[in-house]
Amino acid sequence: MDWGALHTILGGVNKHSTSIGKIWLTVLFIFRIMILVVAAERVWGDEQDDFVCNTLQPGCRNVCYDHFFPISHIRLWALQLIFVSTPALLVAMHVAYRRHEKKRQFRKGDQKCEFKDIEEIRKQRFRIEGSLWWTYTGSIFFRLVFEAVFMYAFYFMYDGFRMPRLMKCNAWPCPNTVDCFVSRPTEKTVFTIFMIAVSSICILLNVAELCYLLAKFFLRRSKNAGNSKQQPNNENKEETKQNEMNELISDSCQNTVIGFTSS
Amino acid sequence: MNWAGLYTVLSGVNRHSTAIGRIWLSVIFIFRIMVLVVAAESVWGDEKSAFTCNTQQPGCNSVCYDHFFPISHIRLWALQLILVTTPALLVAMHVAYQQHQEKKLLVMTGHADAKHMEEVKKHKMRIAGSLWWTYVCSVVFRLLFEAVFMYIFYMLYPGYQMMRLVKCEAYPCPNTVDCFISRPTEKTIFTVFMLVTSSVCIILNMAELVYLVVRACARRSQHHSNPSSGKSSFYGHKHSSEYKQNEINQLLTEQDGSLKDMLRRNSGLQEKGDRCSAC
Repeated sequence: MDWGALHTILGGVNKHSTSIGKIWLTVLFIFRIMILVVAAERVWGDEQDDFVCNTLQPGCRNVCYDHFFPISHIRLWALQLIFVSTPALLVAMHVAYRRHEKKRQFRKGDQKCEFKDIEEIRKQRFRIEGSLWWTYTGSIFFRLVFEAVFMYAFYFMYDGFRMPRLMKCNAWPCPNTVDCFVSRPTEKTVFTIFMIAVSSICILLNVAELCYLLAKFFLRRSKNAGNSKQQPNNENKEETKQNEMNELISDSCQNTVIGFTSS
Repeated sequence: MNWAGLYTVLSGVNRHSTAIGRIWLSVIFIFRIMVLVVAAESVWGDEKSAFTCNTQQPGCNSVCYDHFFPISHIRLWALQLILVTTPALLVAMHVAYQQHQEKKLLVMTGHADAKHMEEVKKHKMRIAGSLWWTYVCSVVFRLLFEAVFMYIFYMLYPGYQMMRLVKCEAYPCPNTVDCFISRPTEKTIFTVFMLVTSSVCIILNMAELVYLVVRACARRSQHHSNPSSGKSSFYGHKHSSEYKQNEINQLLTEQDGSLKDMLRRNSGLQEKGDRCSAC
């Protein structure tokens, strides 16, 4: 189970996303996950081995490294990416649930079910409306929250986004104050800034998608309000006809059958 | 065979699970297995090489590491995840057995064409009858394994916290020696994270157990109040719907018979009945 598997899982959700959602997913996989895997992991690969302190005191290096890096950038980014991509699974579950309901309708032989076979139900793309709209909006909201929380966590833990070259450490067992040197600080700063920038782009895309969904929702509402004044809905017309027919049938049935005693 | 292989195997079981079971499986794969593979393994990667003791005595490092880490967190989690996900295979085996029985039935009744066989393979089994017991057992085993491993973790690494410094006096270390662990804070963070997800999985399993029991009781009370509907079918929904259709047909023929009787007796009369039961 690795990033490839996550890509497979989320690729399925992609079909039901908006265009902005598809762009967001592409940015996530190409500019964040891929950069993390092919580049950033190499940069941070020797972070502890090459963290050198100006002392021979055993244990001082370990303690100072732990003091300045409670959790490595790479792990924080990995957790951030996992948390940010999982709300999309809420949408996947909702879509799967809707499909399941349609299949049940189809199997019961419901007249209203417009599909010819199960394959069509499986391949159908659902419109983002009704309860699915709420699930989708909820998932975008959670994405935004997770992105913001992790960016704050980064800022809080590493005092800004810059990697210093030198750190002064006086945790026990280091004797007095000891100079410790971080490996590849400039390269790490470059990648940190890059990941922060892409994270901000993802936040902007999420905000844009949220606005787009809200705008679509209000437009649809005003269109429906306008339409219902002008003419009755076609669907309602058919339902009314069906209801009338059913009434006629039940009436004629009662007229021809003589009452039974209930057993 | 790796985690991806396990994922393939368990995705098949997913189809016959309850909704809570599917959520549980997603939590296991995304928040536990994936975090283990992409993050935790690299945190513990240098656990032995960066374990430093304040001594130059050869062998002291190895002995102290072995004394404080009888089994590494990563290996314990891997074992836990494997044992916790495997009871689902009991369900897979039972479903396969039921499908085999259905196929045999189809062959016996002469419906052994490709279309029916495909449908047997694809349709979702209802969790009823003996499959219910198998499913419940698998959930109970999952709970048991989770609890056992959490207890083992607590016994081996009290408080779930990783110390920065451990004092070691095992031979051949001279007297007491200070040993320093690499990345203790990061390890504590990940230990707590895995502990939290494990608790979430335990809660999901308990919820699933309660849901199954409640569903079984509801079904039982439905049967008591409606005994003519008969036992739930061993052979899945198709057979039970045929059974129901047979019943309906029987009722219709009975009513048809009584209708004809009454028509003969009261030929001219028309009364509005309570209910049109033939419709």
